[in-house]
Amino acid sequence: MTAHPIVAGAEPLVRTVLAIPGAHCAGCIAKVEKGLAGISGLISARLNVTSKQLSITHAASLEVPALVEAVGRLGFEAQPLSEAAAEGKDKDSRKLLRATAVAGFASMNIMLLSVSVWSGAEGATRDLFHLLSGLIAIPTVAYSGQPFFRSAWSALRRGRTNMDVPITIGVLLVTALSLFEAMTSGRHAYFDGAVMLLFFLLVGRALDSLMRERARDGVTALLKQQAAGALVIAADGRSNWVRAEALCPGMRMIVAAGERLAADGMVETGTSNADLSLLTGESAPQRIAPGDCVHAGALNLDAPLTVLVTAASGDSSLAEIARLMGEAGQGRSRYVRIADRAARFYAPAVHALAAASFIIWLLLGVGWHQALLIAAAVLIITCPCALGLAVPAAQIVAAGSLMRAGVLVKDGTALERLAEADRALFDKTGTLTLGRPELVEPAAVPDDLKPVALALASASRHPLSQALRRAFEDDGVIPAAIDGLEEIPGTGTRGWWRGERVSLGRSDDLREAVLAASLVVGDAPPVQLHFRDALRPEAAATIERLRRLDIPSSIATGDRPTSVAAAIRGLGLTASTSMRPEDKLALIDRLQRRGQRVLMVGDGLNDGPALAAGHVSMAPASASDVGQNAADAVFLGDSLMPVARAVVAARRTMRVVRQNFAIAIGYNVIAVPLAFIGLVTPLVAALAMSGSSIIVVANALRLRRAAQ
Amino acid sequence: MSGLVLLIPVALLLGLVGLAAFFWAMRDGQFDDMDGAGMRILIEDEDQ
Repeated sequence: MTAHPIVAGAEPLVRTVLAIPGAHCAGCIAKVEKGLAGISGLISARLNVTSKQLSITHAASLEVPALVEAVGRLGFEAQPLSEAAAEGKDKDSRKLLRATAVAGFASMNIMLLSVSVWSGAEGATRDLFHLLSGLIAIPTVAYSGQPFFRSAWSALRRGRTNMDVPITIGVLLVTALSLFEAMTSGRHAYFDGAVMLLFFLLVGRALDSLMRERARDGVTALLKQQAAGALVIAADGRSNWVRAEALCPGMRMIVAAGERLAADGMVETGTSNADLSLLTGESAPQRIAPGDCVHAGALNLDAPLTVLVTAASGDSSLAEIARLMGEAGQGRSRYVRIADRAARFYAPAVHALAAASFIIWLLLGVGWHQALLIAAAVLIITCPCALGLAVPAAQIVAAGSLMRAGVLVKDGTALERLAEADRALFDKTGTLTLGRPELVEPAAVPDDLKPVALALASASRHPLSQALRRAFEDDGVIPAAIDGLEEIPGTGTRGWWRGERVSLGRSDDLREAVLAASLVVGDAPPVQLHFRDALRPEAAATIERLRRLDIPSSIATGDRPTSVAAAIRGLGLTASTSMRPEDKLALIDRLQRRGQRVLMVGDGLNDGPALAAGHVSMAPASASDVGQNAADAVFLGDSLMPVARAVVAARRTMRVVRQNFAIAIGYNVIAVPLAFIGLVTPLVAALAMSGSSIIVVANALRLRRAAQ
Repeated sequence: MSGLVLLIPVALLLGLVGLAAFFWAMRDGQFDDMDGAGMRILIEDEDQ
């Protein structure tokens, strides 16, 4: 559908990936792909609605900002993705899917042969069928079993055991024994059991991996990429656009008002205000002038700046934060998944049982061959088929439900840890609050001036202008016609309206922690417009709901006490203020040493270490890239309620996981004695295995509405 | 019984064809955009 004629030319072609969070329907696909078709230099564009990424092949002369602008003209917000984010697609789920397909194919064909054996094939026919089954099963085990073998081996090498150890031993032993049976014209071969076991377990794993990939795609689409590049001035005065990865010290970049810095640098010309809230948590903008150092990720508010790059984006000021995060994340890597914790008791018990049955039957004098067959039956019947599905099935269903409710959970262990949280720590700016100014009392502006204010505000990308625009557009105000509209960097916008000078700009109200602008019409006294960083909707209700779940909350913020007190009035929370990243880290350490499991909710770069250190962590979709990457889950939308909802869903998930464990153990209690006395034929094993798996999956499906 | 000599290879071959088709589809990117593939049939092809 995107068969644009390929323009043969000497120019090299490049591939760019843009994230388009707003793409969701057939109309979007048609609009974007056809809208872009006419641009010269563009070879092909294909929009992937599932991952919300547009991949474009284009001539190198067509620059990325032009593409973003072209997509913007079509009505979609686009963000260039850095190469790392675009290429970081997981190949794991591909491998797992392939292994699952092979195991599925093999188990169906072996079952075909097995059914004939069960229905009474005898003699040479049975031997032939057993041998054929073996011919199919052995390559399948060798190929599809690899994920389990590898994981079991790496656990054993470190002197640990996990769920994959009994699986590996069971499958290998049963296959070897069945091969022996098939060669010696035995009555029972368990090839079907071994391959079906692999198939069921692989289905669970493939689903788990697909789920994680989907959540990661969702997060990738949200990443703002603290500017994926900058306009760089070359020595001859010409400017061209350079990707963030390619920026290096000594380059001069032009940062327009409203842009984020792509690398650390020193201001050479221009004075402006910078919004550092993603970096430090401070809500008030900071004044910057020539000679000042500015960090990557800072948002330039007022005027264009020329910045001399002092550090490449890879090793900028983020290095310190990255070091703290590396240390902080170590605690979490020690977390043991609940399935592996269960395996610690399960694996030795199973192996002891199988060994015991072998020895007992040997002592009873049935001969080593018969005894070994019974031991193998014990192993295959206890092989944690249901147990291996019990956890992933519940977590996948719950994560899917949470995704529909606007919470992207990055992996299964996050749900386990979320269910255990018993203390919550919130960052303030951008987490408890929206992190953007909102107009206080829009009604205070006279109705006849609203269209003027809206028209003036629309001409600027300053956060206060945008807040004004949002407030008035929501009220249905139509902008007035203004002549000679211009933006004066650092001051505001102005123009002519009905023959009078009108301007929207900096207010004379210079009180601290007050955000204000003034609207001047002709000679009339200026109208003061006040703004504040409002609390997220349902913030108080969320805190209250967490309290009822026995999770007390408090605030840890990098902001100053004065601005904190005003913002959080009415929440009834205690706050620690002026905290640096290492202070937050120390606070979490202290709480966790006291045995509390901290749920950290934060958004900024300065929250990165704390997010990595918390027992579990969440970030809003408006968070910095570092925040979103460090957090276990990302919630969409303005409301804070998804935080409480996720905790409730996680706890419900763990209840179902425990039920599933109980079902799996109950099944073993019935099946193991049967296997022990030698009553389990391959037919019984196949029925028991699929039966218990279906029950466990059905129980997990009850979680489909867990997040509502 | 002699029918088996024919039927079993046929069954295996058909299964293998299905498996190969799945592998081809995966490599070809048929599963890359599960939501979008269904939507694309609604887009009109007016030219070409």
